[in-house]
Amino acid sequence: MRGKGILIEGLKKRYGTGDTAVDALKGVDMQVAPGEVVGLIGPSGSGKSTLLKCLGAVIDPTAGRMTLGEDIIFDNGWKVRDLRALRRDKIGFVFQAPYLIPFLDVIDNVALLPMLAGVPNTEARQHALDLLVALDVQHRSKAMPSQLSGGEQQRVAIARGLVNRPPVILADEPTAPLDSERAMAVIRILNDMARKYETAIIVVTHDEKIIPTFKRIYHIRDGVTFEEAGEGRAF
Amino acid sequence: MISLAGRDILHSWGKFVFTGIGLGLLIGVTLVMAGVYRGMVDDGKALLDNSGADLWVVQKDTLGPYAESSSLNDDIYRGVLAMPGVLGAANVTYLTMQVRKGTQDVRTMVVGIAPGKIGITPGWPPYLVAGRQMTRGHYEAVADIASGFALGERIQIRRNTFTVVGLTRRMVSSSGDPMVFVALKDAQEAQFLKDNDAIWQSRRRTEANPAFNRPSVPGLLDAVIASQSSNAFVNAVLVTLEPGHSADEVAESVRRWKRLTVYTRAEMEEILIGKLIATSSKQIAMFLVILAVVSAAIVAFIIYTLTMDKIREIAVLKLIGTRNRIIASMILQQALALGVIGFVVGKITAAFAAPLFPKYVLLTSTDTITGFVAVLLICVLSSLVAIRMALKVDPAEAIGG
Repeated sequence: MRGKGILIEGLKKRYGTGDTAVDALKGVDMQVAPGEVVGLIGPSGSGKSTLLKCLGAVIDPTAGRMTLGEDIIFDNGWKVRDLRALRRDKIGFVFQAPYLIPFLDVIDNVALLPMLAGVPNTEARQHALDLLVALDVQHRSKAMPSQLSGGEQQRVAIARGLVNRPPVILADEPTAPLDSERAMAVIRILNDMARKYETAIIVVTHDEKIIPTFKRIYHIRDGVTFEEAGEGRAF
Repeated sequence: MISLAGRDILHSWGKFVFTGIGLGLLIGVTLVMAGVYRGMVDDGKALLDNSGADLWVVQKDTLGPYAESSSLNDDIYRGVLAMPGVLGAANVTYLTMQVRKGTQDVRTMVVGIAPGKIGITPGWPPYLVAGRQMTRGHYEAVADIASGFALGERIQIRRNTFTVVGLTRRMVSSSGDPMVFVALKDAQEAQFLKDNDAIWQSRRRTEANPAFNRPSVPGLLDAVIASQSSNAFVNAVLVTLEPGHSADEVAESVRRWKRLTVYTRAEMEEILIGKLIATSSKQIAMFLVILAVVSAAIVAFIIYTLTMDKIREIAVLKLIGTRNRIIASMILQQALALGVIGFVVGKITAAFAAPLFPKYVLLTSTDTITGFVAVLLICVLSSLVAIRMALKVDPAEAIGG
């Protein structure tokens, strides 16, 4: 097991001050175990994106506590000095659109993160290739992003999210642009990768097709989360 | 670590190359402008070098003979020749005028040189590229090759026709007009002798003047008329010095005893560069400033646009942990690459375009290096806006909502 996965306790986020202040998160509690994939569902304006940004260490929560893996990263204030390094080493991101770097080929898109962390190029590329093999896109490793299909791009984006072996992956609507078959393939891959690398994965989604696949689902409404058992339907 | 800037350039090389070519043409114009100024300075120095003089004796209190008109009696050189330290002294005339070749006019500087020998008598063209030096006292000319005249060609200077017997190179006035060397007497006639009607009217006026037309003094009228039509003036006396004598000392001696204005080589260079082409050089400097500002604006706009096109990728890069230093370095490297492409194109353009200009364009390696450094500096400054914008990108923009 890789520590505690994700543990969030009483997380709050307030935008603005005084009369114009808005409480986007009013005390969120969540736990995702290593190797587990949970869904995060909620209507627009419910606080999904704010929660994702707090977890992604790109905005500052107002209060609460967050633990990633073994490390408490926020306890009414950031406990790590370098949030950029935290994002690079501890958190993987998968976006609605793949957002691959258009001027890098597939293997370098994936290898970029370890290279940024100081891993030698050859080693980083080998590491990236291993992941591309696991995700069955190794045959496109020298292609440019514009030459890939939507499903291939998303698999490369997943490989990029996993390449530094982060304890946590935050996936923001990863299946939105895909048809049913490809969407299910992406969710299967995320589940496989979560199990293989003991990664805790939160998938923010509106996609009705994939919601039944989660064993646990967090609903978020008005800045508060509610846990629900999912169907955990087989793919 | 891979070069993000290099990969981006390779990915969209067409955009960079064509932008670089556009920028390069602008840089080429800038280099040519600098070359025009250098050419003017070099023309001035060539004019002084080719005269073979160490001192220029001119009319008192003038900046002659190049920057102002100067008129001296043509026997002054004898007195100068007798001064201590003077090796040689020779009269010279300079007149910028249109020389007719067939039906065409060519703007030239006609130089009247005193009889003598090359290397000894100052003023003679020091070398030829074709033909021979003048050997006859009249109606022969040696022309700079830039005039377009050919050996054996007949050219019209005022009322006389001359045969081109020799061609020389880089013999130009400070304005870049090619020189045509003729015998001093011919040049004096071209400069000072009036047309037939004017001479005839002048004679009539003299004859009508009872002070000159006195029957009791036979020969007076003829003497006066003869003096009116003779040309006893030159523009300057060129002086060469004996070895071991200081130009300043000899010049001071001529000023003191002959009461004439004398310039040394350094003083004449100061007049040509500091006064004669000062306005032109300021004009060119203004153009250079404008071109530099336009280049900077273009580079800034291009880099800004290229960065704006990648704003989402930059947000993603920041979100996944890329340091600001790497993002800034990527933008800076692209700006510098654009500058280098532009400079190479500009340098090639300038090198090919320079000979096509009617006036001498001198592209110096110093200007090339200075230009290269300036281009890099402009690129660095121009990229600052784009870098600032990129660093302000919020990584949260990569996450929806």
